[in-house]
Amino acid sequence: MKPTYEPVIGLEIHAELITNSKMFCGCSADYASAPEPNTNICPVCTGLPGAMPVANKKAIELAALVGLALNCSVNKHNTFARKNYYYPDLPKGYQISQYELPICEKGWLDIDSGSSSGAASATYRDPSRVRIRRVHIEEDTAKLFHEKNYALVDFNRAGVPLLEIVSEPDMRSVEAALDYATKVRAILRYLGVNSGNMEKGVLRFEANISVRPFGSDEFRTRTEIKNLNSFRALTRASAYEIERQIKIYESGGTVVQETLGWDDVRGVTTSQRSKEEAHDYRYFPEPDLPPLQLSDSWIAEIKSRLPELPEAKTKRFVEQYELKPQDARLLTSEKALADYFESVVSKSKSSPKTVHSWIAGEFMRYLNDSGKDVDDVTLSPESFAKLIDMVTDKTVSGNNAKVVLAELIESGGDPQEIVKEKGLAQVSDESFIQEVVTKILNDNPAEVEKYLAGKETLLQWFVGQVARATKGKADPNVTKELALKALAERKK
Amino acid sequence: MQLTTLTIREAHELLTTKKISSVELTQAMLQRIREIDPKIKSYVTVSEELALEQARKADERIAKGENVTPLTGIPFSMKDCISTRGVRTTCSSKILENYVPQYNATVTNKLAEAGAVLLGKTNMDEFGMGSSCENSAFFNTHNPWDLDRVPGGSSGGSAAAMSAGLATFTIGEDTGGSVRMPAGFCNVTGIKPTYGRVSRYGLIALVSSFDSIGPMSRDAYDCATVLEHIAGHDPHDSTTYNSPVPNYTKHINKPVQGMKLGIPKEYFVAGMEAGVESALQEAIRQFEKLGMEIHEVSLPHTKYGLPVYYLLLFAEASANLARMDGTRFGLSVSENAKDVIDIYLKTRHEGFGDEVKRRIMLGAYALSAGYYDAYYLKAQKVRTLLRRDFESAFSKVDLLLAPTCPTTAFKLGEKTSDPLEMYLSDIYVVATNPAGVPALALPAGFSNNMPVGMQLIGKHLDEQTLFQVAHAYQQVTDWHKQFPNI
Repeated sequence: MKPTYEPVIGLEIHAELITNSKMFCGCSADYASAPEPNTNICPVCTGLPGAMPVANKKAIELAALVGLALNCSVNKHNTFARKNYYYPDLPKGYQISQYELPICEKGWLDIDSGSSSGAASATYRDPSRVRIRRVHIEEDTAKLFHEKNYALVDFNRAGVPLLEIVSEPDMRSVEAALDYATKVRAILRYLGVNSGNMEKGVLRFEANISVRPFGSDEFRTRTEIKNLNSFRALTRASAYEIERQIKIYESGGTVVQETLGWDDVRGVTTSQRSKEEAHDYRYFPEPDLPPLQLSDSWIAEIKSRLPELPEAKTKRFVEQYELKPQDARLLTSEKALADYFESVVSKSKSSPKTVHSWIAGEFMRYLNDSGKDVDDVTLSPESFAKLIDMVTDKTVSGNNAKVVLAELIESGGDPQEIVKEKGLAQVSDESFIQEVVTKILNDNPAEVEKYLAGKETLLQWFVGQVARATKGKADPNVTKELALKALAERKK
Repeated sequence: MQLTTLTIREAHELLTTKKISSVELTQAMLQRIREIDPKIKSYVTVSEELALEQARKADERIAKGENVTPLTGIPFSMKDCISTRGVRTTCSSKILENYVPQYNATVTNKLAEAGAVLLGKTNMDEFGMGSSCENSAFFNTHNPWDLDRVPGGSSGGSAAAMSAGLATFTIGEDTGGSVRMPAGFCNVTGIKPTYGRVSRYGLIALVSSFDSIGPMSRDAYDCATVLEHIAGHDPHDSTTYNSPVPNYTKHINKPVQGMKLGIPKEYFVAGMEAGVESALQEAIRQFEKLGMEIHEVSLPHTKYGLPVYYLLLFAEASANLARMDGTRFGLSVSENAKDVIDIYLKTRHEGFGDEVKRRIMLGAYALSAGYYDAYYLKAQKVRTLLRRDFESAFSKVDLLLAPTCPTTAFKLGEKTSDPLEMYLSDIYVVATNPAGVPALALPAGFSNNMPVGMQLIGKHLDEQTLFQVAHAYQQVTDWHKQFPNI
């Protein structure tokens, strides 16, 4: 019998921190808005002789905040270190990072891929808790632009504060890794420390992967896949690498410890460096920066800044708004979305469930189609609440309300006025609807015949025809009642 | 009147009483540099235009009586490892031969604000790696007391310039004796302040955790004057102290009677030149006459000072020099280069001298995986022991007295073939830097017509005591007033 394998995955997540200035100098950290290459630079971030780093207080606060959100302990005494290697994007010939004593250590994050993801195959075992080994501060590198016979260096990004979040190898499936990465991203966005915009490269992943026979607890030789710049790349590269290693073991081979790159076009991992070629970074404490000494009161103050995080918010939404867990989870996946939901709920007379179905349905569809963020939407929660309440009040039909919503989102305005202007108000007046029902039945004798012969599902079709004839204004419940009655009469 | 041998306060007196102008003083210096320096070769760059411009501005300041400091209009030179905007800063290395900084070191700015006049940049051992100035990639500097001898190092150019009357004061830098050892060889007074007392921002780093910028001058009073102007907290240097800078000169005349002077027994052992030892013994008697108590103390880990110092130096320097890669500034050798690594290799091969290469390789080795614990970490632990030695000594005495070198200035070429022999000449000056304590070097007499130096070592941030004691000594001796005959 063929053995079945279990992957062992650990992730390193590199996240740029949103600060005004760079990690070790006063230059603007907003390299994306720089008008030209090499404009946000100074002697420090270009590594001129004699220039010295000064640690960015804000970045230290944000790093501690992230660590606390990930249930880490904050090291009251932590140190910067030099990581030595040569590359043109590294102006000093070393990166200032943290090594022996990072700012945060020993945290964890619970994931729910084991229970929520049906995709996990039966051979995969998903722990629900991913331990976080460390969170440390470092500086980003410059950007290289490779030309044919030369390369250009833009130092605008050099020295931007970067956080490295290192997990233990606790994930046992690609789904678990994806779930963990998604949750970390959501937390970073909740904390407002990182936009999570992967296309802009503010968040990057590295995956450490090995596979072992299912049931074994050994750690086999692992490979490290560098520079995964999207969730899709993380998923595909991990899946590919797991399969590659399984094939090696099944053919009696051994996996070689190496650093891999991910070729997104060909969909394969490629070898970059073997163990023998691995860098010896010659870490040692950074003598230009004294150790960071953080007091208990400082840590307590940072902790007090922690907002309600996705897990807690989901729990509360389930209890407070009586939502299903998966519905609550969707709303809390983004803080802005959760806030928007709560804002609409607070302004609306309708039930939270109704509000949820509008937000999860039409509203999210709009966001997905237009590629916009909640923050980009100008529709006020008040207007949205008013519209939902008009549906609840039967002032407007659900279908017409969708039309009004699209109008509101695109051009703004008042829902009541749009309904009035477009003549979309719902009509419950029985005599008016009766007239239309009679006309529809008269115009469609063949369908009436079929219905009377027993094809009762046609009832919905008649209701639909009435809605079409009235441009959606006829109250569908009233229509249904009257149509039933009229058809019953024709049966006689 | 001999303008070129004035002390700062003599020059200040003449400037503020309008007996001379800063332009006159500066021109006298420039003239003497033109005449004498071809023999001494203490300057790498003379910034004549800038000097005269700064001198004119200083004269205006003095004329208006606005913002006049004791340094306004005073011409000085600076070791060529401290960044000066628009004036090339070479570290006496080929790799930086044409490097012109875009920014000023904090010390450069402070001196400019005080109105001091920069004459130029002085020669040194390449990147501060050496004890004789013979590791300069450009030329040797000669000891003004005997042109066949070295001025010491690495701030040899600064000491020689001071001694030969080619500046009224000079700014040196001391990583492991680089101010004190050449001060001793050239009969100059100089101080290595407490680590973190003077900003290192803009100082091209040799050993970031040892490097201390310090003044060299004609006497302790002048040293105190300059240190008052360059010391203090700098937001650009996180390792600087926040504590206020004392007014050293105000209290420099305070009596020294009853102060306890410690003589570390480990520093007075066989191997010391007889004339050096007798000069030191004579100095001890002088301090006794001044009413100080003399106590023998022990610094038991002294013998580890040299290996700890050099090991940490190699390690930190290997990283500090990594930025000299030919991609952004300085020398860049890219002809026939296969790739960027090749550019690094060619640039560094051509740009660095042998001693620099030796130390980078040793440092990279000491930091590499598997050796870190045995070398770097071990050295850091012993560094703690060295620091404790001083702490323990200072629980018994107020300051320590030691020679600056076992010998007087040696001959050019005498030690160049044996790096280890050269390292040994630093034996008395290196331990203070890993410990971070301040030390002031001052003239103690002569041995075979060559100057003998001694140093007073103090507690952390207690430069004040060093100035007081040195000043008291210089009130009753005139070694520091001796000038070479050139």
